[in-house]
Amino acid sequence: MDRFLFLTFDGLSTGAVYAAFALALVLIWRAARLVNFAQGAMAVATAYVGYAVVSVTGSYWLGLGAAVLAGLALGALVERVLMRFVGHANPLNDVIVALGLVLLIQAVLGIVFGNEYRPAAAPFDTDALTVGGIAAMSPYDLWVLGAVLVVVALLGLLFTRTPIGLRMRASAFAPEVSRLLGVNVGRMLTVGWALAAAVGALAGMLVVPTGLGLHPHAMDLVFVVAFTAAVVGGLDSPAGAVVGGLLVGLILSYVTGYLGPDTTPLAVLVLLLAVLLVRPGGLFSSVRARHV
Amino acid sequence: MTAILEVEALSSGYGPVPVLRDVTFSVPTGSIAAVLGANGAGKTTLLRTLSGLLRPTGGRVRYDGADLRGVRVEHLVRRGLAHVPEGRGIVAELTVEENLRLGGLWRRDRADARRAQDEVYQLFEPLARRRRHAGHQLSGGERQMLALGRALIARPRLLLLDEPSLGLAPRVTAQIMALLRRLCDSDGLTVLLVEQNVRSALSVADQGVVMSLGRVVTATPAAQLRDDVTLRHAYLGF
Repeated sequence: MDRFLFLTFDGLSTGAVYAAFALALVLIWRAARLVNFAQGAMAVATAYVGYAVVSVTGSYWLGLGAAVLAGLALGALVERVLMRFVGHANPLNDVIVALGLVLLIQAVLGIVFGNEYRPAAAPFDTDALTVGGIAAMSPYDLWVLGAVLVVVALLGLLFTRTPIGLRMRASAFAPEVSRLLGVNVGRMLTVGWALAAAVGALAGMLVVPTGLGLHPHAMDLVFVVAFTAAVVGGLDSPAGAVVGGLLVGLILSYVTGYLGPDTTPLAVLVLLLAVLLVRPGGLFSSVRARHV
Repeated sequence: MTAILEVEALSSGYGPVPVLRDVTFSVPTGSIAAVLGANGAGKTTLLRTLSGLLRPTGGRVRYDGADLRGVRVEHLVRRGLAHVPEGRGIVAELTVEENLRLGGLWRRDRADARRAQDEVYQLFEPLARRRRHAGHQLSGGERQMLALGRALIARPRLLLLDEPSLGLAPRVTAQIMALLRRLCDSDGLTVLLVEQNVRSALSVADQGVVMSLGRVVTATPAAQLRDDVTLRHAYLGF
């Protein structure tokens, strides 16, 4: 029972990171109808920026801020100079260009920072607190969970309560009608990419200290898991991304805990396959009558 | 009377396929012009070219005395040109309220945007009852009211309407036509109306622009098209 509880807490905190990462994927999917396969590499790049600032200033918080700002800038840059010019008629074009971007980013990071693992310090203690004799979450886990929940809440407010959120949703659903109503749809797309990359940067900064270390390929498996989480929740649904992330985190935690860490990558793929077979739209997909 | 819209030798199309050829007509300020013609005559293409969704391949469009070439689509609504596209161009995923808010977001005069929104709710009572409903839950008539009402929030001077009567009950169509007439007479609105429903369009229009195979075959006073059997037979087939 203790072990089950421990695995549950552990699953929730890693799941929170997957949730943030899946949320980044969902943001771009909703804005541009493409899966950003470069999300992981972009997050690693911003984490390098973040930890460069940490090592210069000694402050994790300044580093976190720098990483998020770098994410905003990188997301806008990628959309403006690259993705805007990709022909979206064939979805494969987006995938190939994004994979090319992954290679580019990883090569540049390798050249600039080297290809070895760099330790990355966590701002809080990563040892689990014991509550009533049971190893529960560590302070760091709590920070991760809290940070992700706050970001999700802020994004929810942004999309439902602000004019720019309304513009972004309208642009995503009906670009032509939105233009006729005076919305600069191209700019909304840039904002969407910037926001998504900033959320990705946050996820990167949160996941790197959890034993992953900083490395150009640090996010490769995390990306696959987050993609699974986004598909589990439904690529269209921010709430689905969060639930999907936590769910996948829990499942993987149980699998790793009871069956051993070697089975984890396999479990991810089995889960992805199962969701695609049973409910391809994701758990939170809503069947909507779309007008023609 | 000055013309708010002057179309001169306009050509346009999709890729290499020309749809509009040498289209010329003008719409006097404060009047209603009905664009009539069979399926494939180029009526929708005409509206899409006027609002900049399609780039013209030749000719020009003058709106309020200024050439529209190079003006971005999203800036036209700021100049008072509103286009309600075919298929009741509402955002089905957003609520009625959000659709209406969206229509007024660009406006600097926030108070008047809110006032315009209240006016739409008064004008179209069913919308007021369904503020929180998503667009895809609305009936065809309600969608048309929403699309039209949302365009009115911009307080447009020229309204391009694509098939507002499509799939609507005759009573609702008549209401919408009467409303357009009223707005033209009282507020000086100008309407360019694309319609399959020739009778209802001619019942309110001042001018009929008859199109066939991408060309304007005649632009005549609507009364003439209504009353002259030979003209009707020749151009409209009834």
